[in-house]
Amino acid sequence: MEKFKTFTGIVAGVDRANIDTDAIIPKEYLRSIKRTGFGAALFSDWRYTADGSDNPDFVLNKPETAGAEILVARNNFGCGSSREHAVWAVQQYGFKVVIAPQENGIPAFADIFRNNCAKNGLLTIELTEAQVNEIFQILEREPGIKATVNLEEQRVTVHASTGDKVYRFDVDPALKDKLLKGLDDIAQTLQYESDIAAYEAVNR
Amino acid sequence: MSKTLFDKIWDAHIVRDLGDGEVLLYIDRHLVHEVTSPQAFEGLRLAGRKVRRPDLTFATMDHNVPTDENRMNITDPIAKAQVDALSQNCSDTKVTLFALGDERQGVIHIIGPEQGIILPGLTVVCGDSHTATHGAFGTIAFGIGTSEVEHVLATQTLRQKKPKNYKVEFSGRLPPGVTAKDMVLKLIGTIGTAGGTGCAFEFCGEAVRNLSMEGRLTICNMAIEAGARAGLIAPDQVTFDYISSGNRPYAPKGDELEKAIGKWKTLYTDDGAQFDHEITIDVSNLAPQVTWGTSPGMVTDVTGSVPALDAVAEYSPTDVRAALDYMGLEPGMKMTDIKIDTVFVGSCTNGRLQDLRDAAETIKGKKVAPGVRMLVVPGSESVRYAAEKERLDRIFVEAGAEWRYAGCSMCLAMNADKLADKERCASTSNRNFEGRQGKGGRTHLVSPAMAAAAAVAGHFTDIREL
Repeated sequence: MEKFKTFTGIVAGVDRANIDTDAIIPKEYLRSIKRTGFGAALFSDWRYTADGSDNPDFVLNKPETAGAEILVARNNFGCGSSREHAVWAVQQYGFKVVIAPQENGIPAFADIFRNNCAKNGLLTIELTEAQVNEIFQILEREPGIKATVNLEEQRVTVHASTGDKVYRFDVDPALKDKLLKGLDDIAQTLQYESDIAAYEAVNR
Repeated sequence: MSKTLFDKIWDAHIVRDLGDGEVLLYIDRHLVHEVTSPQAFEGLRLAGRKVRRPDLTFATMDHNVPTDENRMNITDPIAKAQVDALSQNCSDTKVTLFALGDERQGVIHIIGPEQGIILPGLTVVCGDSHTATHGAFGTIAFGIGTSEVEHVLATQTLRQKKPKNYKVEFSGRLPPGVTAKDMVLKLIGTIGTAGGTGCAFEFCGEAVRNLSMEGRLTICNMAIEAGARAGLIAPDQVTFDYISSGNRPYAPKGDELEKAIGKWKTLYTDDGAQFDHEITIDVSNLAPQVTWGTSPGMVTDVTGSVPALDAVAEYSPTDVRAALDYMGLEPGMKMTDIKIDTVFVGSCTNGRLQDLRDAAETIKGKKVAPGVRMLVVPGSESVRYAAEKERLDRIFVEAGAEWRYAGCSMCLAMNADKLADKERCASTSNRNFEGRQGKGGRTHLVSPAMAAAAAVAGHFTDIREL
């Protein structure tokens, strides 16, 4: 896994709640046996018209958001299937971060999706609903705006023309460490081989 | 100290505490299918790692496989490559495979219980969100992504944080014609599709105790549709009878079984154990449920109407408007006035023998309405054989339905079984997301009997009035 480094990138917003994994990547793209090549399939039912051409109304097809690296959406993003292809599609399109709001007990991200993001180094950031509303308002006024994501200092800075807007976010310390160092879970777990063997000796 | 059922099983599977609330959890059964596993096997190969416990790993092909007469000859080259990859991977790593053509093949969540692979007190994972199904046996069962599939293949463990405990009590007696499917749809409509996020449900109460194993499997199956990765039911005599009966080659037998049952009887939530969340739903007056939108929580009674935009607690008016536009519906329409084009009976939610019996009983001696297509897809080849022995296939075929071979089929429409643009379907599956059953397709989730009743009427109809 690549180390997560501070970067500045274009922000794109998809203003919908409950964006499910079938919307992120429809099943016809799941038949590959490879781990790459899913970027073109991201949001394909929304992104392309019936004849396969780009839908000019969809945000990712607007010239000002070309090359976007930060995705902003509404709550319960990634609900539905466990398909990791959804994370690969978001990441391989070029996004390094997904931001969604958590408020009133409604989570920003669905469990399995968030977990799959962590395994691939795709950072999920939970902000408040008011903060995400503000980002969407800025995007409305200034499409193609850039933001800087600093995981070390747990900070997103949106570079609006009226001045920088800074949003601090929480992150699990163990996950933060893993993302910053780009650690491989399996290699780490295999250090505990003797614990696993001991468990097996007792339990089966 | 008093413990919940979930906590008992969880604690018994901790290999090591990793700090920060994370533990290394031992996995007793790993189920594998063709869509979410190829990249995991490839990852192992590239790293020069082995499958640690092929004896605890079981695979089948279900998502992609054709369900028609020509199913053995997969003409789609991409689907074929995926099915072939699973065969090769299982043969290379000595993982048991129930391949296409094997009489034990079927939807992974149907065959696990059928074969006696799933037993109370185990931890079970699969690269599929409907793994929660197996919680019906009193197991911790949850879906994982492909990176975690690789992690389990390599280490037989997962790094996990413990979810919260959420008690869901279904009180009262279920009225005739109302099923487990209606119970779980009602739950999702009540707490929303994110209501259980971060939690494991324990389903309990009189209405759950009175359900067959099939009904319990249906409820646990849709835990993920309410946001919970896992849903459990404490094992009881119904569970033990299911495991003891029939041909379950991987289940213990004789003295071993008796010993196991003694141990399984300790799997319940202790008096005084604390839950983080609780809800009680009285099912005494529950009506059959039908979804009207593009999220499983967008659901109402069959006697009800499509709601007003601002009348749905868990969804904003904008979300409701978008859903109704996609579904081609307007607020105020009566559910029973909604005409359908297609009926799908099957899936890991409702593809078991009891489900097919429910649908057959409803449609027996009647005809599928003119212009309506009905697909009946058994959840496994074993279910198909058993149904044919009871001549259920004849009932469906004589009514004008198509009788198919086992697979996921139109539940996710990865194979040729899919809806056309704007085609409307009464489906016994689990997700009514946009495009789920085919691009532009419109899905209404219902129970098997309600699906069969809709097939005959050509529109939704209240099963209780038939």
